[in-house]
Amino acid sequence: MPQTNRENGVSPGRIAPADVQANFSDLHPEYDDHEALVAADRCYFCHDAPCMTACPTSIDIPLFIRQIATGTPEAAAKTILDQNILGGMCARVCPTETLCEEVCVREVAEGKPVEIGRLQRYATDTLMAAGKHPFTRADATGKKVAVVGAGPAGLACAHRLAMLGHDVVVFEARVKGGGLNEFGIAAYKTTNDFAQKELDWLLSIGGIEIRYEQALGQSVTLDGLQDDFDAVFLGMGLSAVNALRLEGEDKDNVSPAVDFIADLRQADDLTTLPVGRRVVVIGGGMTAIDAGVQAKLLGAEDVTIVYRRGQEAMAASKFEQDLARQKGVRLICNATPVGIEGNGSLRAVTFAYTETRDGKLVTLDETFTLPADQLFKAIGQKLGDMPDALALDGGKIAVDAAQKTNLAHVWAGGDCASGGDDLTVTAVAEGRDAAMDIHATLTGAS
Amino acid sequence: MADLTSNFLGIKSPNPFWLASAPPTDKEYNVRRAFEAGWGGVVWKTLGAEGPPIVNVNGPRYGAIHGADRRLLGLNNIELITDRPLEVNLEEMTRVKKDYPDRALIASVMVPCEEDEWKRIIPRIAETGCDGFELNFGCPHGMAERGMGSAVGQVPEYIEMVTRWCKEATDLPVIVKLTPNITSILNPAQAAKDGGADAVSLINTINSITNVDLDLMAPEPTIDGKGTHGGYCGPAVKPIALNMVAEIARNPGTHGLPISGIGGVTTWRDAAEFMALGAGNVQVCTAAMTYGFKVVQEMISGLSQWMDEKGYTSIDEVVGRAVPNVTDWQYLNLNHVTKARIDQEACIKCGRCYAACEDTSHQAISMSDDRVFDVKDDECVACNLCVNVCPVEGCITMETIAPGAVDERTGKVVEKEYANWTTHPNNPTATAAE
Ligand SMILES: Cc1cc2nc3c(=O)[nH]c(=O)nc-3n(C[C@H](O)[C@H](O)[C@H](O)COP(=O)(O)OP(=O)(O)OC[C@H]3O[C@@H](n4cnc5c(N)ncnc54)[C@H](O)[C@@H]3O)c2cc1C
Ligand SMILES: Cc1cc2nc3c(=O)[nH]c(=O)nc-3n(C[C@H](O)[C@H](O)[C@H](O)COP(=O)(O)O)c2cc1C
Ligand code: SF4
Ligand code: SF4
Ligand code: SF4
Repeated sequence: MPQTNRENGVSPGRIAPADVQANFSDLHPEYDDHEALVAADRCYFCHDAPCMTACPTSIDIPLFIRQIATGTPEAAAKTILDQNILGGMCARVCPTETLCEEVCVREVAEGKPVEIGRLQRYATDTLMAAGKHPFTRADATGKKVAVVGAGPAGLACAHRLAMLGHDVVVFEARVKGGGLNEFGIAAYKTTNDFAQKELDWLLSIGGIEIRYEQALGQSVTLDGLQDDFDAVFLGMGLSAVNALRLEGEDKDNVSPAVDFIADLRQADDLTTLPVGRRVVVIGGGMTAIDAGVQAKLLGAEDVTIVYRRGQEAMAASKFEQDLARQKGVRLICNATPVGIEGNGSLRAVTFAYTETRDGKLVTLDETFTLPADQLFKAIGQKLGDMPDALALDGGKIAVDAAQKTNLAHVWAGGDCASGGDDLTVTAVAEGRDAAMDIHATLTGAS
Repeated sequence: MADLTSNFLGIKSPNPFWLASAPPTDKEYNVRRAFEAGWGGVVWKTLGAEGPPIVNVNGPRYGAIHGADRRLLGLNNIELITDRPLEVNLEEMTRVKKDYPDRALIASVMVPCEEDEWKRIIPRIAETGCDGFELNFGCPHGMAERGMGSAVGQVPEYIEMVTRWCKEATDLPVIVKLTPNITSILNPAQAAKDGGADAVSLINTINSITNVDLDLMAPEPTIDGKGTHGGYCGPAVKPIALNMVAEIARNPGTHGLPISGIGGVTTWRDAAEFMALGAGNVQVCTAAMTYGFKVVQEMISGLSQWMDEKGYTSIDEVVGRAVPNVTDWQYLNLNHVTKARIDQEACIKCGRCYAACEDTSHQAISMSDDRVFDVKDDECVACNLCVNVCPVEGCITMETIAPGAVDERTGKVVEKEYANWTTHPNNPTATAAE
């Protein structure tokens, strides 16, 4: 990779445009027909399959793989989408190595799972390429449901409700839908504007109206929605970020990792996106890894992710950590930031080593300083301001097993709700399950 | 090192692997390359009568059945006998035999069922220096419509008659190739023997339709919208062929008649199995058509290693060794009790044994919440289905219950003595135990 721009500071065009393009190509390219058949042949069609249990949306994996193997990928896609309407995105972004593929009996037996994610993508891509939407709406129920947030949770909920015959209005704060599918997921996991294509495809069922730039708490209130609609689903994700609470956090070129990623996802031309020569990322989750890796792929010369606990405590999976290392990103564990240096703009970050004693993290005296032109904070997102009446649990909206909140006719799911991992696939599962409970409630079935 | 030299009817070849009469042996170019690759002998693609050569279809001539990873399990063809002029074939056979005197070269022949036709062509072919003849009474398609191939092979009287004509026309060994498209293989085999055949070879291909093109609504291979039944071969037919070979080998009337085993031989192990059931050598077609001539190297090395491991020094020691153990159902020991055993270390917890036994057999496998699969001895009838569906080789095995122990399913003590159906109390025609 020829380095074309070694200037200090934050600037665009650090590497050749062709290299940027190559760097951001599909992480797991699509199977061709032959590859899909070969991969599908490996599935044993397990009884009560472990992979299916491990999938948060409980997709019937052996069935859909058999449908691929027998030459009916469209039927396979239907099997997938029945359970998970964002099966196309999940196929690209699910950390399969810690979900379905981790427990595949062939992973256990041979260390080589059936490549469920890529097979799922093959099926859903085939169907979507054919421009088919395999679901139709039931007879109108006359009920109206408000969904807040057009992220995975909100969209899964809206689609299921529309299918069951309800009319849905989605209130979305941003100018575009998709939630983190559009603004958060690493660019190399979802290329070619897939998030918007999938959104359009999902909406083609009909009965779902999205009102953009309509934020709850600003343009609309929860009380108002409760008055105007038969039910409300909250799926607004985590819109605020945690702060380091260090002096100097307001310096130029210090920003939340999610903002950098959102800019990157929205850039028309990645070669014009500025990036630091030396980049430091603070955090140990998927966001930290994605910010670090993408900064490196943009051409940053030196990228270091610093995590305050030990490697085993990192939320990012082994696969993601390996990916970061493979792309040339350095991971430092057991160090916490103590100083942000620079005069106006950032120049360096100082860290103190840490140790875990009796389960408690202790900051040691010894420090080290990393020169830095850009610092990304990836120490977690949190819930934005919520109406007071809404009960919280551990900083998230408290919900029961059916995704009900403490308020009558208000449900919640996805990252903003308690329980579940912060993953696209769990958001889909929760949105779908909430829709089923809303339906049961509105039609008097429960 | 085991000696793989084969002496079949006095025809010597460096190993018992011959290429069957089919496209691999269609012409000099192929056969030379086959010999270079190591094949012990060839049965040349079937020759027909003099005159205008046979014509083949110009569309597809094969259909197929695939297993996982598109592994070819069964092949079906609608090809006829050689479509090259007799004279050209004879010249090529002469040249090849001269250059490869140590290899077996057999002429396969099929002409109309008339004495002078056979008696004219046999001596002419013998001039090539070939080592023997194989009479093709097997082709189930095309030629059969013209009264040849399996149309002869299905009528024992014809087999005997034509075999006799050929024996009268030559001193070279005559092998009769049998069709499996009959109800009992013993009748045609007996007829061949009665006609003086030196050996039988079997099986030729099985009448079949492999697939239907669901767009064209026509059988495959489809030629201009129509299809016809073809001859089935390859790994899928091996069990049928093995049974027929064994029947001939163990039947008193045909026992001792030399057999060239054909049908689905794909690995050294298949060949060893055919020989154990009485075949003096084997012929191979589909495996060569699937993988090329080089497969014979694995067959040679594998057979040789296995024979060394078992202490067999020559092919003769293997041939027919399993025949005494082929018996009728009624003589199987009903006091022999086994139970399935799952090796928990090897088990990958796929649950296939459970699904198979629970849904379709005897509900004799239990499944715990954490996916541990166990055999319930009080339900297991030892059917072997779980062994067959388990994806891990050797993971489930059958354990013999020692005499004296209780079979938990029946509650009875397992008896030491052999006892079969002929003496079983439930058998209305049981002969009293001696
Ligand atoms: C950088 C990053 C990378 C990730 N990578 C992966 C990955 O590879 N795989 C994976 O499975 N998961 C990944 N995740 C997690 C995943 O993206 C989330 O779990 C998932 O998007 C949650 O869906 P959601 O619908 O609950 O929330 P979101 O996707 O956050 O959607 C919420 C929506 O609500 C809107 N909204 C917010 N507030 C309001 C309001 N007040 N009024 C109206 N609308 C509002 C937002 O604009 C947004 O459109 C990643 C997350 C991040 C941050
Ligand atoms: C395409 C094809 C053509 C064949 N032609 C002949 C033939 O001309 N004469 C013959 O005796 N057998 C013919 N056979 C049958 C083979 O010799 C052999 O008996 C049969 O294929 C079974 O062996 P296999 O399972 O190893 O293929 C033909 C088989 C195939 C596949
Ligand atoms: S666990 Fe693996 S082999 Fe079994 S059904 Fe799932 S994908 Fe197929
Ligand atoms: S195998 Fe060869 S001859 Fe047969 S169809 Fe293919 S290319 Fe043609
Ligand atoms: S079929 Fe074999 S591997 Fe699968 S659960 Fe049963 S014993 Fe285990």
